[in-house]
Amino acid sequence: MVLLQRRRNVLPGFGPALGFTLLYLGLIVLIPLSAAFAKTFTLTWESFWLTVTHPRVLAAFRLSFGVSLLAAAINAVFGLLVAWVLVRYPLPGKRVIDALVDLPFALPTAVAGIALTAVYSTKGVLGAPLAELGIKVAFTPLGVLMALIFIGLPFVVRTVQPVLEDMDRGYEEAAHSLGATPLQTFTRVIFPTVLPALITGFTLAFARALGEYGSVVFISGNMPMISEIVPLIIITKLEQYDYTGATAVAVVMLVASFILLLVINLLQWWVRKRRAEDRG
Amino acid sequence: MFSKHLKAAGALALALAAGLAHADVTLLNVSYDPTRELYQDFNQSFAKYWLATNKEKVTIKQSHGGSGKQARSVIDGLEADVVTLALAYDIDEISSIGKLLSPDWQKKLPSNASPYTSTIVFLVRKGNPKGIKDWDDLIKPGVSVITPNPKTSGGARWNYLAAWAHGYKKGGEAKAREYITALFKNVPILDSGARGATTTFVERGQGDVLIAWENEAILAIKELGPDKFELVTPSLSILAEPPVAVVDKVVDKRGTRKVAEAYLKYLYTEEGQEIAAKNHYRPRLEKVAAKYARDFPKLNLVTIADPIFGGWQAAQKTHFNDGGVFDKIYQPTGK
Repeated sequence: MVLLQRRRNVLPGFGPALGFTLLYLGLIVLIPLSAAFAKTFTLTWESFWLTVTHPRVLAAFRLSFGVSLLAAAINAVFGLLVAWVLVRYPLPGKRVIDALVDLPFALPTAVAGIALTAVYSTKGVLGAPLAELGIKVAFTPLGVLMALIFIGLPFVVRTVQPVLEDMDRGYEEAAHSLGATPLQTFTRVIFPTVLPALITGFTLAFARALGEYGSVVFISGNMPMISEIVPLIIITKLEQYDYTGATAVAVVMLVASFILLLVINLLQWWVRKRRAEDRG
Repeated sequence: MFSKHLKAAGALALALAAGLAHADVTLLNVSYDPTRELYQDFNQSFAKYWLATNKEKVTIKQSHGGSGKQARSVIDGLEADVVTLALAYDIDEISSIGKLLSPDWQKKLPSNASPYTSTIVFLVRKGNPKGIKDWDDLIKPGVSVITPNPKTSGGARWNYLAAWAHGYKKGGEAKAREYITALFKNVPILDSGARGATTTFVERGQGDVLIAWENEAILAIKELGPDKFELVTPSLSILAEPPVAVVDKVVDKRGTRKVAEAYLKYLYTEEGQEIAAKNHYRPRLEKVAAKYARDFPKLNLVTIADPIFGGWQAAQKTHFNDGGVFDKIYQPTGK
């Protein structure tokens, strides 16, 4: 019903717009992806299953999905903090800091990987003191986590920032004058407002982390069963000219990512809906 | 190191731009990573030779990357007139999957179509603090060994096979398995490529010994100073034969067969062999080898054709494919 009321648009009609969208998505996204599926169908079900449930492949799936989720969660917390500081406080050199946030977007991932490895190896600036505390970062799963946090940070900051900027301070003041504590103001007023954007940022950071290859291979050490990510498994299969094995792993990754992203999107839709109802 | 590469790349780009303007013929040489400097020198020399003998200007474009990745690019349609890769297996696949050259490509040029060779040696830190002299020292407790992942790096497969040969000489396949398992227990990091492993060892200070191609090890010492690293030549190693081939389908389509064949043959001439030796590859030609004998110590060398390996196809299947010997080293117990 809401849709019907909003049919008046500046853009041309619903039909051509939808048709074009589907065609565009088909060409750019669906056709390349379906090629991966088609290649996988040349495998028998049994060999597909053996390929994707091999202990080493499973270990890589656990690492890739686990560490990507963790990195995205850490980015959600600290990205929100960074965005908050950038929006609310008059910092000296704010523009510079603002630009700094975007750097992980622009840097070639291999450069990020080499730089992070240099810093976090046991001879590095941060790695050496950490090693003395008994914490090894580079060439361990912890190194993978650091790389994924690095590349994912801008996604959260950049999605949350505009929402914080647009947020009416009147709500906070109203909450304050109605006797809310700062914590209550945050959990009841600010957080629900930024939550949808935060979920979007989390999703983007997570999706980016899942597919990341360039920076991770430098810092992970690539030890089988310990620090191999799924994209590396795919490369090792290609290196044996095992194209179908590589696409089999890729397809599982695609399906799992799609389901996860779908769940997150549903969650977001639910959050938005609930919020709309609250405002009634 | 990087800035030097940048300069080299810049110089190459300029040379290419200048060359393209009035070149009569171009060749694309698809090669692997550590041959960049070798082919820069060689291409200049060949261009001069070709102009003098055939009155034709030739421009050679180079493409470098991991050997397997390069082979896949050629299979997928990168129009390479010649391929100069790290191992015969990759060119075999261009033949069998891509059908771009005949299966007997390796017989078309002398010495298994490998005009220059190398071998696998050790790079250790100055003063050799862990006293590494031969393969058995690498499996001692407390020795940390850096070598790239043989599943992703063609060059690393030679490293692995050299180690296997050492184990095999001690008591057949059982001893070889025992040795290789013990060796990889001492490997804390598996970089995806050979240059990556060198960086890990040299720049990140990881590990006590780097297993490397001789040409890479000499280059590392030359670039970073003999005050930091030493080269150790083991008593036994493998003859690494990086092969070259003309890609039949491409040269016939582009009409470049004559110059492409001459290009590869020129690698076997005295000039070509000199350039290889200067870039730290072992020359095949006796005369040049004698001249550079001081740079390349003598050692016992097995080849990939040795019955303990049975050629690349068999070695790849036994050792490096999924479920092969290398995978078994890392298989969790109980599976």
